[in-house]
Amino acid sequence: MTDWYKIDRQGDDLLTDIRQFLKSVLELDSIRALLVPSRLPMKNNVMPALISRPELLDEADPLAPAFAVNSAKNLSRLTRKGLDANIAAVLRPCEIRAHVELVKLHQSASEPVVIIGLDCLGAFSNRSYQAFIQENEGAASEAFCKARLAGAEPSNTVEISSACQMCEQPIPEGADITLALYGVKLDEGLFLQARTERGREILDKIGAKGAKAPEERDQVLKQLIKDRTERRDQVFEETASAVNTIKKLSEYLAGCVNCYNCRVACPACYCRECVFTTDVFDHEPLQYLQWTERKGVLKMPTDTVFYHITRLVHMSTACVGCGQCSNACPNDIPLTELFRTVAHRTQAAFDYQAGRSQDEPPPLLVFKEEEFSEIVGVGS
Amino acid sequence: MEEEFEPTIIAFVCNWCTYTAADLAGTSRLIYPPNVRLIRVMCTGMVDPKYIIKALLDGADAVLVSGCHPGDCHYINGNLKARRRMRLLKEILSGFGIEPERLRLTWIGASDGIEFANTIKEMVAQVKKIGPNSCKYQMVI
Repeated sequence: MTDWYKIDRQGDDLLTDIRQFLKSVLELDSIRALLVPSRLPMKNNVMPALISRPELLDEADPLAPAFAVNSAKNLSRLTRKGLDANIAAVLRPCEIRAHVELVKLHQSASEPVVIIGLDCLGAFSNRSYQAFIQENEGAASEAFCKARLAGAEPSNTVEISSACQMCEQPIPEGADITLALYGVKLDEGLFLQARTERGREILDKIGAKGAKAPEERDQVLKQLIKDRTERRDQVFEETASAVNTIKKLSEYLAGCVNCYNCRVACPACYCRECVFTTDVFDHEPLQYLQWTERKGVLKMPTDTVFYHITRLVHMSTACVGCGQCSNACPNDIPLTELFRTVAHRTQAAFDYQAGRSQDEPPPLLVFKEEEFSEIVGVGS
Repeated sequence: MEEEFEPTIIAFVCNWCTYTAADLAGTSRLIYPPNVRLIRVMCTGMVDPKYIIKALLDGADAVLVSGCHPGDCHYINGNLKARRRMRLLKEILSGFGIEPERLRLTWIGASDGIEFANTIKEMVAQVKKIGPNSCKYQMVI
């Protein structure tokens, strides 16, 4: 028995058929509502929406290259206080990884959520997305999907976000059900993979037929991941040398205005109140004068590098590389590059990978009696 | 004649072991360099990484965190938590060019005044060799 399923195509339009599949999931008695990126009636924005009536899924657009927020935060809103019902959520792979991290940090619950993951084709930053839909009025998602699967540039004027360009995990590993886009014959049907028992139950209930595993998929994914990993490693190398002294790090962050949007957008930064917005950093007036008198000059607001390094300490082991920090930055600081570069090293230090498994405890929540003896002592 | 560089070392020492060892070093009239500023904390497990980052960004030439040997912690395992945090901090700060000599973790028991004096001597010598922390003179935003 295979874990692959197929749903026959109804027409030519991929999005319509995906909506039909989502409708059949929402029509199940066991699913109260479905969280899915949807076209808002106002403007052209695509935002996650919690939909309870199947007919309203006609506005759902999970193929849209829009990624305004990481929906793991929405799942936290929906489940943190305990949700006594089941919902389904259509998520990008990085949103699933962030959800896994938040569950382990007790900010979300996994039980009430059936996760439907689409192979991720990437997304634009919010600003680039607006430019892109101007170019492709009406059929932006379809045009994007076609171009990305053909390996072509979706736009002549804007590029997908840097986080997506270097993403080596575009497959929704942690989903209950994967909707495959890479390496499948989309004209022959929608190919779905049940990754959990719960996913299998749902696919059986909606009448999806068992299918053979798509033949070319493994090969296509292998190549895609290889290319992306090369790109990623190049970014790591460039970024590491761009910040290898505190002076260079200061230059890198020079555009920062301490708005803290990056931590608001970050799915891993879950503190209700960030210490940097508390009284701890509400310094006495005289303190500022003392500081400036020491070096003669004090950039204000202060504590910018301090903030970013502290954020790295707090969340880099949980960084899933979704790129929302860069997306949220009003001054275009390449934060994703910096955070992923550091996160890759800190996660490796603890043999950890954010979002990989519900069973691996976050590194700073546990310790062992015998470990890291090499960092103790003053020997060089 | 050029003045010799005298480093400033901020040391977070736990009340139960390393602080007591420093006290013993003093009462035993052991001599060690006066470059260290001791900050007594109840346990190395309460040393917030922010304290260390702040000290280094503000120009401390090195930071020492020192507590009880594993198994001896007054709070059972605070020192083991501190060790994980130090592992993390070392990984992050080394990427920004902060040398390993500027961030040290040691275990010094309450009866080990001699060990405390030797640790400070060794650290001061090492930091003198690598020179001052650049954050001391330049603007860090």
